[in-house]
Amino acid sequence: MSGSPSNQDPALLRRLLRARDRMDAASHEEWPVGRLAQVSGVSQAHFARSFKQAFGTPPHRYLLTRRIERAISLLRETDRPITDIAFETGWASLGTFGRTFRDITGSSPSAIRSRAKATPHELGQVPVCIASAAHRPHLTTAVSEKRRLAADGTNEPEQQQEIP
Amino acid sequence: MNQGIEVVGVYVHDQDEALAFYVGKLGFRVHTDVGNGDYRWLTVQHPEQPSFQLGLFTPGPPVLDAATAQAVRAIVAKGAMPPLVLKVDDCRAAHARLLALGVEFTQEPVDRYGTVDAGFRDPSGNGWKMIQGHG
Repeated sequence: MSGSPSNQDPALLRRLLRARDRMDAASHEEWPVGRLAQVSGVSQAHFARSFKQAFGTPPHRYLLTRRIERAISLLRETDRPITDIAFETGWASLGTFGRTFRDITGSSPSAIRSRAKATPHELGQVPVCIASAAHRPHLTTAVSEKRRLAADGTNEPEQQQEIP
Repeated sequence: MNQGIEVVGVYVHDQDEALAFYVGKLGFRVHTDVGNGDYRWLTVQHPEQPSFQLGLFTPGPPVLDAATAQAVRAIVAKGAMPPLVLKVDDCRAAHARLLALGVEFTQEPVDRYGTVDAGFRDPSGNGWKMIQGHG
């Protein structure tokens, strides 16, 4: 049962959490595995494997969900141009942002914005990180896989489990 | 207030480390610290909130079996416990003071919804929001 997440060393997990926290605090920055491994004080190979085992998603995919989450909250809460939001949340081009956004959320940034503006939100009493997390997209398949399924016209199965 | 919640506990990795953090850095004070063999009941309280105690408990026997304790330790270390919220008069001042003491902030103070909030973790991985009280 060495693959069971609860068998990971708590001291290692605490250090992996530190790397995740750093991505959370600056998701617009580049986070190559080497940089993350350094924050956690482990080797690169060990980091990538341990992170996925601990948090159920590879570090890069985790970072994408945080960027999309932040983009969604900027779309909801500001009137800033979508181009600005794309660059501010860490994408190098508007095209990549729009494509990844649609792949992950199933909608375009402008559609999410108009839907959000039409729905009043009453989360003022909830700490903002929790409110944002509630809007975080679930990303159980790799983005490329989502794109393939969409291209096939196949619907993704509900409740898809990530295979460890 | 004569009735209400008196103690809520958090799981910590090490009680001495937690004590040094909550008392030495956050400025809480010890309410109860009693041991019985390996078991130690440790609670702290905010100096301005004497009716409430925060328990700093280690997952382990006799309360939890070894396997469960290991799972709980892992969950705490992954930051998966529910959020804790600390109210302060001045979030930026508290942030500057705690940062100088080496508190691990996960979010710098930000203005939101007419108040200011920041985020930090205790040494075990428990996440706190620090929110400036209104008025």
